[in-house]
Amino acid sequence: MAGRTLYDKLWDSHVVSARDDGSALLYIDRHLLHEVTSPQAFEGLRLAQRKPWRLDTNLATPDHNVPTTTKERAHGIDGIADPISQIQVKTLDDNCQYFGINEFAMKDQRQGIVHVVGPEQGATLPGMTVVCGDSHTSTHGAFAALAHGIGTSEVEHVLATQCLVTKKMKNMLVRVEGALPHGVTAKDVVLAIIGQIGTAGGTGYAIEFAGEGIRSLSMEGRMTVCNMAIEAGARAGMIAVDETTIDYLQGRPFAPQGEHWQQAVTYWRTLVSDPDAEFDEVITLQSADIQPQVTWGTSPEMVAPVTSQVPDPKQEADPTRREGISRALHYMGLTPGMAISDIKLDRVFIGSCTNARIEDLRAAAAVVKGKHVAATIKQALVVPGSGLVKAQAEQEGLHQIFISAGMEWREPGCSMCLAMNADKLGAGEHCASTSNRNFEGRQGFGGRTHLVSPAMAAAAAIAGHFVDIRQWQ
Amino acid sequence: MQAFTILTGLVAPLERDNVDTDMIIPKQFLKSIKRSGFGPNLFDELRYLDEGQPDQDCSQRPLNPDFILNQPCYQGASILLAGRNFGCGSSREHAPWALLDYGFRCIIAPSFADIFYNNCFKNGILPITLSETEVEALFHAENAANEGLKLTVDLQQQVITLPDGQQFSFNIDEFRRNCLLQGLDEIGLTLQQADEIKAFEARHQQQFPWLFAAH
Ligand code: SF4
Repeated sequence: MAGRTLYDKLWDSHVVSARDDGSALLYIDRHLLHEVTSPQAFEGLRLAQRKPWRLDTNLATPDHNVPTTTKERAHGIDGIADPISQIQVKTLDDNCQYFGINEFAMKDQRQGIVHVVGPEQGATLPGMTVVCGDSHTSTHGAFAALAHGIGTSEVEHVLATQCLVTKKMKNMLVRVEGALPHGVTAKDVVLAIIGQIGTAGGTGYAIEFAGEGIRSLSMEGRMTVCNMAIEAGARAGMIAVDETTIDYLQGRPFAPQGEHWQQAVTYWRTLVSDPDAEFDEVITLQSADIQPQVTWGTSPEMVAPVTSQVPDPKQEADPTRREGISRALHYMGLTPGMAISDIKLDRVFIGSCTNARIEDLRAAAAVVKGKHVAATIKQALVVPGSGLVKAQAEQEGLHQIFISAGMEWREPGCSMCLAMNADKLGAGEHCASTSNRNFEGRQGFGGRTHLVSPAMAAAAAIAGHFVDIRQWQ
Repeated sequence: MQAFTILTGLVAPLERDNVDTDMIIPKQFLKSIKRSGFGPNLFDELRYLDEGQPDQDCSQRPLNPDFILNQPCYQGASILLAGRNFGCGSSREHAPWALLDYGFRCIIAPSFADIFYNNCFKNGILPITLSETEVEALFHAENAANEGLKLTVDLQQQVITLPDGQQFSFNIDEFRRNCLLQGLDEIGLTLQQADEIKAFEARHQQQFPWLFAAH
């Protein structure tokens, strides 16, 4: 028998029962909840008079809608200015109380973006199945967990049955060979991967990321890569366990302790693909070829090295794709062939579940230290991923660096990643953003998003346009 | 959930790739705590010329005359013909809720994003994957039809029939097909296996006790 991939192992250890058609009832170890995709699920439970199957696997926190200004946050839920957002956040509180679910509510220092909070707490562990009503649940795969987003009906299903009806995906291996060059970060790696395989390249697959370029990343960086697996079309991305994984987890509040810790670590070390495991698809990238990336269009696959030019649709042979490029350039207000570094920015956003962990903030702070945001930049927001990230950053004095540079230091939440709260772009404005989606209107009606790494966003804030971070002094 | 058996309906063509769920229903409408009422905001940014707000009366808003769903000949469409990778991006189930609330029961495309595809079945919407050539043929047929193209979609037989009798067959997982054909509540079905789940859970706890330790 051929060896098993990491994904095969995770799948096999959670199948409650398999059906002939290839689908299975899969047991869920961790269910994360937030305010946007849960209300209709809780309502469904109530209507059917059902109870959560196993309370201790659920963990909730509001993130999408919460305001990020200190002023609005000072009064908790009552302080949320938008009445509709307020109802939604309140509904999460009410539902968690009613059903007895552990929630890091708005005033709790542990509150934050659900995908930052889970790993930070040690609530995401190797070998787990992790689901959440949010597509960026793929983030948690960095811990060799099988983690993916689900819809609201499935949220209700998991609450009620602790299981998910799902079908096994195919296996894809993405190898990033060789050491990453200076100035090239996890974000650039994943953008380069998406640029190569496209936003549908991973559809139907679970992707395992491997190779020296991945191994050398910290857990924060690995989370950035897995976070964007969904942008390559793969519901789940994952990385095998190694010492970096184990070191990160030790001592976290939800991580196993004492005898359980030893037992767990022994098991976790088996969570790697067998040497003879077969993948349905293997993609290889050379680290040395990867440069700092900037998206120029309205899909994450519309990405290019910072040193290059915006493409010219005339050079695209496929008519639908040509039309797509033209439409994107029109929406983005860019001229074919212009240098990426000539794109002028109006706002900068450093935050989101892709890049709002402590390491991301350190990288951004290192770039802006002692400098000031360009006069043409209307706003540069720094939004930590959780209350604990915020506290850590403040302890290190990073907030002072940002504030002195003319940036705004905010309270944790999704913020301008999707602009459900007051943090958004105006029509036509260009934003250097460390988030994961550059879709039309994502960061505000008519807004124009360019996805970049934290260091690239920080440098763009200072310069007012994109610059090659490798040249930064 | 409403069952899906046979549908004869008008086709609305949306010829573009990578239509994401932000486009299907923009985020400001995700603040609702309900499952219904999203229809008027389906494709909001493409459909209207202004920026939509939740709880707004959409009948007063300026329409984008170029957008397909605003054209008189597509009123009442229940089948959406779409491009590659339809429904990519965010996992929001509000996207199928909005499509359903508007009146779409079936979506035909060369490919779908996984989560969206899955979400459709939970809401009585049938997503059909056809080959690129077949989808192209349907776009052509739609283009050529003066009065709008009507298709008959038969889920039991897994076949689409054009007015001229031409047929395209498609394939849906048996389990999903049965659930959809009968409009079954999936949670109720799973709970019939409660004993099996409990037995699995006991084994799982023995093997991975740390996943069951109180913290
Ligand atoms: S930060 Fe952005 S991508 Fe992440 S969960 Fe929040 S809205 Fe989604």
